[in-house]
Formats: sequence, structure tokens, C-alpha cells
Amino acid sequence: MIIQLDHIEKTYGSGANKVPVLHDVNMQVEEGEYIAIMGPSGSGKSTLMNILGYLDTPTSGTYLFDGQDNARTGDARMARIRNQKIGFVFQSFHLMQRRRAWENVALPLMYGNVRRSERKRRAEEALCQVGLEDRISFYPNQLSGGQCQRVAIARAICTRPKLLLADEPTGALDSKAGQQIMDIFDELHAQGMTIVMITHEHAVAERAKRILYIYDGWLREEERV
Amino acid sequence: MLENFREAFDGIWSHKLRSALTMLGIIIGIASIIAISSTIMGTNEQIKQNLVGAGNNTVEVALYQGDYVLDPTYQQVPEYVRPLTEDILPDITKIKEVQDASLFYRRDAYGMIWYGSEGLNQGSIYGVDEHFLSVSGYVIRCGRSFLPEDFKTFKKVALIDRTVSETLFMGANPINKTIEISSEPYVVVGEFTQNTAFTPTITSINDYFTYTDHSGGKVLIPATTWPTLFAYDQPSSVMVRAGSTDEMTEAGKQTAAVLNGTLTGSGDVTYKSKDLLEQAKKLQELSNATNRQLIWIASISLLVGGIGVMNIMLVSVTERTPEIGLKKALGARKRKISAQFLTEAGVLTCIGGMLGVLVGIGLAYMVSRVSGVPIFISWYIVAATVVFSFVVGLFFGAVPAVQAARLNPIDALRRE
Repeated sequence: MIIQLDHIEKTYGSGANKVPVLHDVNMQVEEGEYIAIMGPSGSGKSTLMNILGYLDTPTSGTYLFDGQDNARTGDARMARIRNQKIGFVFQSFHLMQRRRAWENVALPLMYGNVRRSERKRRAEEALCQVGLEDRISFYPNQLSGGQCQRVAIARAICTRPKLLLADEPTGALDSKAGQQIMDIFDELHAQGMTIVMITHEHAVAERAKRILYIYDGWLREEERV
Repeated sequence: MLENFREAFDGIWSHKLRSALTMLGIIIGIASIIAISSTIMGTNEQIKQNLVGAGNNTVEVALYQGDYVLDPTYQQVPEYVRPLTEDILPDITKIKEVQDASLFYRRDAYGMIWYGSEGLNQGSIYGVDEHFLSVSGYVIRCGRSFLPEDFKTFKKVALIDRTVSETLFMGANPINKTIEISSEPYVVVGEFTQNTAFTPTITSINDYFTYTDHSGGKVLIPATTWPTLFAYDQPSSVMVRAGSTDEMTEAGKQTAAVLNGTLTGSGDVTYKSKDLLEQAKKLQELSNATNRQLIWIASISLLVGGIGVMNIMLVSVTERTPEIGLKKALGARKRKISAQFLTEAGVLTCIGGMLGVLVGIGLAYMVSRVSGVPIFISWYIVAATVVFSFVVGLFFGAVPAVQAARLNPIDALRRE
């Protein structure tokens, strides 16, 4: 069990302005699982994602990640977990425009205090894994959207995380590029990576082995055959 | 760390105009500080050189009655002042700051020295030993110097300086002419002059009265012939040469202390050093006091520059919010984020400081050209101002840096 959420509640604001976002969310993810979370906008899926990725803390409930309860740990500790155990892929890539592809990929390694020579080697390795071995020294503005997202995936996996969190990874791409991204996810899944992906495209969600739906902060599970 | 600097330069370079404008405040502040301090130090150096002369580093220690040199021609020498002998010299040269020392007698030469009908109505006559010329930094311009036999055989020979030569001989060659000193015939064997051609820089009438030599000429004779002209027990003065200009004060004081040790009683007549360096310091303080206020004014522009840096860094934090969010999501800790912005602010002001130094030096040269005041650029001050501008950057970069580090990664990522 890599993720176990028990009775997670998340509320924004306080007093009269209290806005509940997540209600009693319970969820388990086994190591190596490939899960999609679907839901309309405003349903709380991004909040759930942030809690899973240690970008946010739940108001109540327990979150066991990799066997440890770190739900309300300190800022520095959370930064460390994000750096070493979680890989993020965002809808809008979030690449640094003034950095080459490999430098973008190596960014989290720098925060993990990996040696300089080792950083480059591992960044190149990750770029090969997403099929960009011939774009290692390109700048993001020399790459297509799909290639940028592949760089972002390389950045997410180069730290060899326990969990890959993807937030609408194909949202900004055309269908062909989206296909390629999904193929990479399939491949990573086949290699044993645990993947949790947020999407509102059914075609994309279909690729996952399990789909969870979230409506108005309530999580429901729908098992796939 | 290296990465921080790289990002800082990237950030500065990608907004060239903005960075330049931000730096302007710092540049102006540092430039004025450099220009003002260079001018101050130049003036001070000039005052010192004018008074002290260029590099002879000689200090005269003589008997003083109150604030004036005691001249045995006009004043009574108290009983407790014992005549000095050569034996005192080793005690003086033992002093760390003293390189060399020489004993000499001196009297006012008024009405005492004649060549035909031409007489000296000012100036001094010196009875000197063999070291005197070298200690005082005098060299022979023409003719010869004193020889050891001159001292041993009580030869009545004299050396004169330019002033005396012109007064008595009106431009004619003085060598081998016989002059009368206190009715005794003395043969002029040479003319001496300062070994370093030094003329004080005169920019005002005050400078003229302060710096020009009004001693009205010097005539040197061997000390061994002095008693035939004057009393046997006349007290001597001592000329000492210090190791460096800055050691002059100490050399003078120490020598005076040694000489005062020979006094067998006490009164208002004591040995004192004619301390030009101290005099220079007093004059320098006067000029410093006014200029120091200018430094304060310049510092205000540095403060304004610093606030400008803070302002721009705050804008930069807002602008780079998504980037900060990404970095935090990827595991950058608060310290890392704040270090990045601090580095950028520091590098920005440091570059501003360096440019300011260049502009300041240029300004100082211009001021010097226009006003004739010399400048003196102290590398110590240059380094200090560059470091200071870096510190200004760190200080004013602190608020933006903390603000960046505090950003919530979720909010930061959401803002595209």
C-alpha cells in the first residue's frame, strides 16, 4: 500500500466563510497501480491532488504515504518528500524557458543535492526514457508541446519517485501528442511506476486501470473490468 | 550556489533596461562616495606632502621655550640643560622608527654673515656633523661637501643653500669665495639643495603662507669650528630621519623623550619635535569635517537606490511566481528560494557598485581637472564600497526574498 487516505476532510476559509472542498475521502492505492481521477471542474480533484502531492495539508483525517503519516509535517520535510518520492507532471508543463531540456530535467536533482556530473547523466537517462535523446540540449521554445510535456515527465521520473502525479497531462496537447504522452505513461506503468492522474477526458482515463470519480468533494470508485 | 549566481545573472540580463535603471541609484550613490572620498584623500595627501615634503621624512628635535624654538642668541639657556655629545646618538638610533640621527647647533644668522657689503638679514647658521647632510636629505649642487679633515683640522669652510647664494653673490659663482661669519673668514666650498625637487602645491594665499619655506637661507659650517664663533656649551638640536612619513611623529616624540632624559631639572624649556605631520593632521581634520557631511548626503542616495532595488525585486517576485511555485513543488526549500532572490539583489547592487566606482573615479578626475585639487584613490575604499553595495543589496533584498520563500506552491502554480 503506497497511499492510504482515511476520512480526509479539507475546508478552506474559516467561520462563516468556510468552504468545504473534500468530504470524508477514503482511498487506497497499491504500489504499481495506475489510477485516473475524474471529475468536473470545482469538484475538488485538484485539492485532492495537492494533498496527495504534499503541496497542501488536509484539515483532518490521516494520509499514510509509503507507510508514514506525514500529513501535517513541517515545510522542509514536505519539500523533501516532494523532491524524493513524488514526481509532478502539470497541464502547462512548467518548464523554465531559459534552461536547456536536460537542465530542466536536472532541476529536482539539484534540490536533492545530487552531484553535478551525476545530475547530467541521470537527466540524459530520463530524457532517453521519454524518447528525447536527440533533444537533450534544446531549449523549451525549440520543442513542440508534446516534447515539452515529455521533458516534464523526464523531470518527474529522474528522481526515481514512488509516485507520479499528473494533473491533466494532455490538457494542453493535441490528440496525437496526447496519445504519445499516454503511451509513455503506459510504459512507465509497465515498469512498475505508481501513477495517479487527473483528467476529464474519458479517452485518457480509459488507459488507467482504475478510475475514481469525484463530485462536489465526494469520492466514488468505479471498478473497471 | 553557482546556480544561484547563474540565475541572478540570467534575471538581470533578461531585463537589461530595468536592471540598469534599478542600478542607477546605487551607481550614483557609490560614484559620489568614491568621488568625494578621492578628493578628500587627495587634498589630505597634498596637505601632508606640502608640509612634510616629499619623502625626506626628517624631523627636527630642538629645545623649545613654550611653543617657540629657543635661540641662544636671544634667550638664556637654563642651567639644567646639559650640552649634548655624540654619545647620545646611539640611544636615539636605537629607537625603532629612527633610521639615522645627527646633532647640530643652530642660531639666527641675522647680521652675522657678510660677503663684502652684502649681508644676510634672515636665515640661520648651522654647526653640523658629518651625518647632517645625509640625514637631512641634502645633496651638493655644486662644489664639494665637507671632508673628514675639515672637521678634524677645524677648517673654516662653509656650505650654503640657493637662497644664501643668491642674496650674497647675486647669481655669481660662490665656490671658493670667502665670506665673513661673525667676523671670521670662511671659504664657501659648495652649494647644497634638497635631494628631492619638491615644491609645495600652492592654490591659495593661505597655502603660500602655510607651506612656503620662510627660513631665508641656511649656512652650514663644521660643528668643530662652532665654539670659535659661539659659546662652547651651546645646546644642540637633533635631526632624525624616520623610516616612513607615517613614523615621523613617533620618531620625533621618542627622540624628544630621550633628549629630555638628559635634563637635570625641569622648567618650561624642554626638547620637542617640530612635528609637521601633526600639523598636517590638524589641517586635514579641518578639510575632512566639511567633506564628511557630503559623504552622508551621498549615502542617502545609496539608501534611495536600495529602496529602488527592493521595489524591483518585489516586482520580480510577483512576476516569477509560477517559477517559484514550480521550484517549491520540485522540492526547493524556503532557504533555497530566498537565497536565489538575495543573490540576485546582491549581484545587482554589486554590479551597480562596481559601475559606481568607475563613474566615481571618472568624476574625481574631472573634478581634479577643473579645480586642480589632486585626487587619491584608495583601493581600500573602493573595495569597501563594492562590498557595502553588496550588503545594501542583501539588506533591501531581504524583504522580497522572504516574500518569495513564503509563497504557497499551490497558489503560485495556479497563477499562470
